[in-house]
Amino acid sequence: MNTAALTAQPVASPHAHGGNSVTRTMFRVQMALVPATLYGFWLFGWPAFFLWLLTILSCLGFEALSLKLMGVTRIKRTLFDGSALLTGWLLAMTLPPWAPWWVAVLGGFIAIVIGKQVFGGVGQNVFNPAMVARVALLVSFPLPLTQWVSPLPMSAGATPDFVASLRIFLTSLPVPDAMTSATLLGHAKTELARGIDLGQALGAGPALSLIGMRAGSFGESAALLILCGGLYLLITRVITWHAPLAVLAGVAIPAAIAHGVDPGRFLSVEAHLLSGALVLGAFFIATDYVTSPNTASGQIVFGLGIGFLTWVIRSFGGYPEGMAFAVLLMNALTPVIDRFVKPRVLGRDRKGKPLDIPENT
Amino acid sequence: MSDTGTNYGEIVKNGLWEQNVVFAQMLALCPLMAVTTSGTNGLGMGLATTAVLVCANVLVSLIRQVVSAQVRIPVFIVLIATLVTIVDMAMNAWLHELYKVLGLFIALIVVNCAILGRSESFAVKNGVAASAVDGLAMGLGFTGALVLLGLVREFLGSGTLFAQASQLLGPAFSFLEVKIPGYGGALLMILPPGAFAALGFLLAGKRLIDRRLAEREAARAAVAAA
Repeated sequence: MNTAALTAQPVASPHAHGGNSVTRTMFRVQMALVPATLYGFWLFGWPAFFLWLLTILSCLGFEALSLKLMGVTRIKRTLFDGSALLTGWLLAMTLPPWAPWWVAVLGGFIAIVIGKQVFGGVGQNVFNPAMVARVALLVSFPLPLTQWVSPLPMSAGATPDFVASLRIFLTSLPVPDAMTSATLLGHAKTELARGIDLGQALGAGPALSLIGMRAGSFGESAALLILCGGLYLLITRVITWHAPLAVLAGVAIPAAIAHGVDPGRFLSVEAHLLSGALVLGAFFIATDYVTSPNTASGQIVFGLGIGFLTWVIRSFGGYPEGMAFAVLLMNALTPVIDRFVKPRVLGRDRKGKPLDIPENT
Repeated sequence: MSDTGTNYGEIVKNGLWEQNVVFAQMLALCPLMAVTTSGTNGLGMGLATTAVLVCANVLVSLIRQVVSAQVRIPVFIVLIATLVTIVDMAMNAWLHELYKVLGLFIALIVVNCAILGRSESFAVKNGVAASAVDGLAMGLGFTGALVLLGLVREFLGSGTLFAQASQLLGPAFSFLEVKIPGYGGALLMILPPGAFAALGFLLAGKRLIDRRLAEREAARAAVAAA
């Protein structure tokens, strides 16, 4: 997405400005995230809210700092185009809800400075900034990044109040064991390592994750609300169906085959589709304009690659969830995809030869 | 070029800063990324490379009149390989702990582009003394870069500074070893992506310093002209 092209004023009569802008696109994506985020606040309480807020503030802060260092004159305009805010928001959606404050600050630094601004700012980055930060944090700090708190709805008695939540957020003490719980994918991986059949290990996991009453990040717990947000983006034409559907298919097809062959070893299609960051990734990450291919068929290749790699990492890798790794790998392949999947040039066939049109006589 | 006309100050300045192997020429990145997981490893690798670099430059400079241009590369490589083997065996004998860490990368000094690069671009055109000084300056510049990157990665990645320095330099240097209490470290910085990110920031820092120096120089020139 090129800011200059989108904000250029039409110079002569046959052009009409559609009113679209970076800010409007970013705003719509944020609107689509609101329901799942609010649900996350209700589910995980004040610590989750603090984490969300600080991640976004950290992203905005580092964006402003980078712009200042780069000598950009209109800092405010670029800062509030919503792209840094959205990066922070998406990053917060993938973090454990009770992660300590420094995770948020460091995540903002990695996402904005290393993931985005060193490449030249909005529209220039090779990798999705939120996923860069997510992977860097996970690799660097395996312990705080894999402590998933059990959902404690705000209405329940045991929920920490405002002050206690602030203490949880700021002291970065480990969450008491009684409050933690494994995610579905993590649980499946541990039980498999212990040699226990998946059929026994998982009870009502997949059905529960649809309404989100289970451990996981914001984006993981409320798959259904994320899906609603994704459909809103489809209807408002912020995204097209190619990449999301390809991601879901890329996971579902190998999962269905493998589960059909050996249900004790491989998770079912529903478990794959409804857990982890899959829905969030399919609708909000894989559709990132900057880091995905430009053509519709390219996006299908890109999405299938993400889905398949996610399934491979989940099924055979060392980490229980592989969405972020898969996205980064396919981001790296995006220029290659764009090189081989090109739109047909007008007046030429797919191979670039001029169409054989009879001369008008 | 006669040795009397050689500007040694310029050679040293080039080696340490202007033409620094890592920060200006961007050579020898493979050993740089691989061994700089700690400051001590960087120091050991840097010193070993410096030793090879000085000897190789001196030998190449000595035989430069005898070797014809067509066969110079194989001859230089044989020389460098011999020197590397000597260093490799010496480290195995006397610095065995460090040798176990650096291991393969000592042998790989032979394909370090910086060494053949200096033979090709400097030693083959200059006298023995100048070549020795150039090898030393380039080697120390490389060592400096290795230690700096090693320290940055070690500090961020495992929360220590110069861990196990006493094993390399003797017990007298154990005061160098620092451990930051209560910090476990970000594992990513020890892994290769952390090395690339840290090197990128160091390069940006060097460019910034160079630009500031050039601006100051320009301002001074403007004052002098006015």
